[in-house]
Amino acid sequence: MCETDQKTVKKMPRVATGDRAILPEGAKTIPVYIMGKMYEVPETLTIMKAMEFAGFKFLRGAGCRGGICGACPTVYRMAGDYKLHFGLACQTVVEANMYLAQIPFFPANRAIFNIDEIGGLPEAIHALYPEIFRCVACNQCTKACPMDVDVLGYISALKQGNIEKAAKLSFDCIQCGLCASRCMGEIPQYHAAQLARRVYGRYIVPQAEHLKARVAAIESGKYDAMLDELAAMSKEDLEKKYVEREREPDFAEIGSWQPKETRYL
Amino acid sequence: MKISYYPGCTLKTKARNLDRAAVASLETLGVEVQEIERWNCCGAVHSLTADDLIHQVGPVRNLIRAKEQGADKLVTLCSMCYNTLARANQIMKNDTVKRDTINRFMDEEIDYAGEVEVVHYLTYLQEVIGWQKIKDQVKIPLTDLKVAPYYGCTLQRPAEVGIEPFGSYALMTGLLDALGATVMNFTAADKCCGSYQVLGVPAGENKAAAAIVNLAADAGIEALATSCPLCEYNLGKQQGQMIAKGNITAHVPTYYFTQLLAVALGLDTENCHFELNDPTSAELLQSKKCLAAA
Repeated sequence: MCETDQKTVKKMPRVATGDRAILPEGAKTIPVYIMGKMYEVPETLTIMKAMEFAGFKFLRGAGCRGGICGACPTVYRMAGDYKLHFGLACQTVVEANMYLAQIPFFPANRAIFNIDEIGGLPEAIHALYPEIFRCVACNQCTKACPMDVDVLGYISALKQGNIEKAAKLSFDCIQCGLCASRCMGEIPQYHAAQLARRVYGRYIVPQAEHLKARVAAIESGKYDAMLDELAAMSKEDLEKKYVEREREPDFAEIGSWQPKETRYL
Repeated sequence: MKISYYPGCTLKTKARNLDRAAVASLETLGVEVQEIERWNCCGAVHSLTADDLIHQVGPVRNLIRAKEQGADKLVTLCSMCYNTLARANQIMKNDTVKRDTINRFMDEEIDYAGEVEVVHYLTYLQEVIGWQKIKDQVKIPLTDLKVAPYYGCTLQRPAEVGIEPFGSYALMTGLLDALGATVMNFTAADKCCGSYQVLGVPAGENKAAAAIVNLAADAGIEALATSCPLCEYNLGKQQGQMIAKGNITAHVPTYYFTQLLAVALGLDTENCHFELNDPTSAELLQSKKCLAAA
């Protein structure tokens, strides 16, 4: 599928085969292969924009377009090279003779749990995701991660009962699922990591005292009257109140400003 | 003195009593223990299928970690980890075809050809520290504790990686002797505990383990010492169930040898995590007045 046939490349007209975009004058195009078919696309585009240029339309499998939502994982090979490459379509710039496909979703079981009931011990995670013990340390997950997360590292940490380490190692995970797509042990790594971070947040990391105090104040109803007051106002009054609100001046030195109205503090 | 140490997953969870006592004891003996970074599962069981190389990748990756972190020796403790790591190391040292295949597959790692030596903790104690030095540092001799070494399967099999020749128990005998214990001969020291086969039998019904515990009790052995979490599970943790099912008649507390080492060195019993053993384990040492005052 990934053969390079220079003769074929030369014979093809160097115009976009998509039906929408028109190539800007002077823009250089390069051939890329989307699901096996060649398209000429401007060399400056990301994979996602190149696919749209070529006429594909993303109904799903595209989200933030900013490299963080994990909706657009891509797998590609360069013609003639056995290595698999991975990336996010919205972040990776096309290269000539790239053979690519999107993997917008990969099936991976997610365990159902009640975070308040499972407790903070590693055994809880082992019970919900026993398949992590099928890991053979082949490291394909780590190689596939577009965020450079040490996936084998956090799976190993989970097996070793080190939830904190797993939570920290997996912090940059965007749940794209490429790890799971490559796993010979059929492990849903990213779901196990999310559970680890939740257990870490719920049971292990010390809770911030000021946050606890604020939540308690909210739950005690301290702010209910203020909210009711705002909710009962007319749109005009609300706008007026907003415009006339006291506002901290830009670049005010930290701790130097206090509002005149203090009854909400 | 500094060593590179590979603990293993079980030693970080269910067998913390094996790991913590081992590390604390070495520190007391003046050894700085450096756990290798980014280690993964040892592979747990050596794959006997000749062309099943994927199951060598896990252990080899750990050996590569040790090599890239500058270690020429990797000390490990759990019998299973030791066996799996040492056998994978044999392949990388001696079988050039398999070595090349594995190195090519792990193209993100440095090449490995068996440069790191896998050393069992007991071997390290004998060869580098020596029984005499340990004896000199014993604070609470395990006098009157009639204990037998229990090696199980994987410390001595196969011969190429055995910590000593099959049928010889000199290493653990030397250690227990240095700790002041009364070392007993045990005819079942190399019998299989039932291994993972116990997963298929109800709790307390593992006949292989029951036979070993009964033989020990009949021989007047008060305690067994092992280095294997699986053996400890089958022989030790299951004793309550075995008694309930009538398969054994008396408890024979089963310890990790590192727990006995830590106890004799007078370390805080916190390091021994006796709460992870059968309750009779701490009781026996208490009755022998071997536990340091809390």
